[in-house]
Amino acid sequence: MTLDVRLRHRFAGFDLDVAFRSPGGVTALFGRSGCGKTSIVQAVAGLLRPDEGKITLADAQLLDTARRIEVPVHRRRMGYVFQEGRLFPHLSVRQNLLYGHWFTGGGTATELSRVVDLLGIAALLDRAPASLSGGEKQRVAIGRALLARPRLLLMDEPLAALDEARKAEILPYLEHLARESEVPILYVSHSLAEVARLAAHVVVLEAGRVVRAGPASAVLSDPLAAGTLGAAGSGALLEGIVLCHTVDGLTEVRIAAGTLLLPRLTAAPGSAVRLRISAEDVILSLQAPVGLSALNILPAEVLALEPAGPGRVLVQLQLGSDRLLASLTERSALALGLAPGEPCHVVLKSVALASSGDAPD
Amino acid sequence: MQLEWLSAEEWQAVVLSLRVAFWATLVSLPLGIGVALALARGRFPGRQLLNGLVHLPLILPPVVTGYLLLLTFGRRAPLGSFLYDTFGVVFAFRWTGAALAAGVMAFPLMVRAIRLSIEAVDPKLEQAAATLGASRVWVFVTVTLPLILPGIIVGAILAFAKAMGEFGATITFVSSIPGETQTMSLAVYTLLQVPGGDAAAFRLVLVSLVLSISALLLSEVVAQRVARRISGR
Repeated sequence: MTLDVRLRHRFAGFDLDVAFRSPGGVTALFGRSGCGKTSIVQAVAGLLRPDEGKITLADAQLLDTARRIEVPVHRRRMGYVFQEGRLFPHLSVRQNLLYGHWFTGGGTATELSRVVDLLGIAALLDRAPASLSGGEKQRVAIGRALLARPRLLLMDEPLAALDEARKAEILPYLEHLARESEVPILYVSHSLAEVARLAAHVVVLEAGRVVRAGPASAVLSDPLAAGTLGAAGSGALLEGIVLCHTVDGLTEVRIAAGTLLLPRLTAAPGSAVRLRISAEDVILSLQAPVGLSALNILPAEVLALEPAGPGRVLVQLQLGSDRLLASLTERSALALGLAPGEPCHVVLKSVALASSGDAPD
Repeated sequence: MQLEWLSAEEWQAVVLSLRVAFWATLVSLPLGIGVALALARGRFPGRQLLNGLVHLPLILPPVVTGYLLLLTFGRRAPLGSFLYDTFGVVFAFRWTGAALAAGVMAFPLMVRAIRLSIEAVDPKLEQAAATLGASRVWVFVTVTLPLILPGIIVGAILAFAKAMGEFGATITFVSSIPGETQTMSLAVYTLLQVPGGDAAAFRLVLVSLVLSISALLLSEVVAQRVARRISGR
């Protein structure tokens, strides 16, 4: 289900002017706070009326200011998960979950039990929202949005109000949801770790404009998006398959360019995993290095060099069929004589697991 | 049931007061909710004018309010004769007029209490309800109304207590006719004008005290209980 968004809106002191397309699955709207992410989601939900705009979901026209089409909020069927949950305080968890049932016909017994299982909230059903922890509230809020049979899930920083432990508690549920659900998700976040873990498609925003948009792996390894993402944030997102667990406590993961060794993962051999390599964790070498403690050394090819702040450059590399970014000082780039087309070796100081999935289908 | 220590006339005044206050509160409640909503949420020209108009009975001398009611709803007044000709409704010198006067005098208190509770409702909850498929009417019925219930109850009980004790506007508008418009306050006043009426007046004053204090306590208890229930604690 494709979502097409074109918006123009004038706020006090800031203009929003964006156009992007989400092909389905999880699309992340990424950017610093105040860049207009929330306004976009509100406009899609119908809570904000933009000065000008056109929003289409599959073949349904939700908004077209030129043709004076504006579907009211309650008929848009957008499952909105707010940052602060917004559970109804006068209703029990069960009543909150079933609220949309009256209006959309969702929330049958089987749907309820499926969502309750997916989110692990069976024990909370008869509790009052005031007695729930932040993480529990957020899971109930996600369930409530799902049970209203939405055509699109809008998640506006659903984890931002939670501490790290609560985030870690919910992220697996979101991951599960992103994989299981047929409902496309528009996910707003300023956390690169969340985006890397969940999104298939990324729209990077800066001061009310779209600066980059495309598949997650391409956007995160795009040196031109590094300004917004930050050197630590940009890098690469690689898909891999767990090969085996070694006797000395490591896990071998196959990626397009070869095999990587990671600290022992819980995922079973054959599982698909998503790896993130920060641009700051990549070292370049012209010859195949010997006598290094690093375990992961792979051949690559320089694609492009982009200046990135005073004295630094970002090097875009081709690693098998994947793209990788390396952050270097200008001095080392000159000393190595790096140029597009140049073969080299990458030494990966650390490879982080972005997300782990089930066995590939 | 008739209490031994109240005479038939005194008992009649008590019952009439209760009836007048009951109807005054019941009929003005939907209007009060509507006006409180308009004042709390509405963005329309004349909002300040409406606000002033609602508060007028609180500021004007009650005699003036009663006289204005007479000018508007009297049998020969334009609105009064229209109501009589089309619906057969008479206010002047009837208990219904006493209820109207009491309702008008109590209206500002009711609206203020309800308005405060509406302003305390987080519009974000109403937005959430809308995204879940609820139209504006349903949002109001399923979210706003339950959340402002404590305010409605407090407003209604305050209005009831005020209506029970209304004097100036009532005596000006519908006079003090025993059995028809002579409520407790009016009866106390009348009794104090006649020699030897002190004892009867004192009994009515006692009844009035008990009713008023009970109303106040009741409003506190009910509002607290409802508030606890809707906040889910």
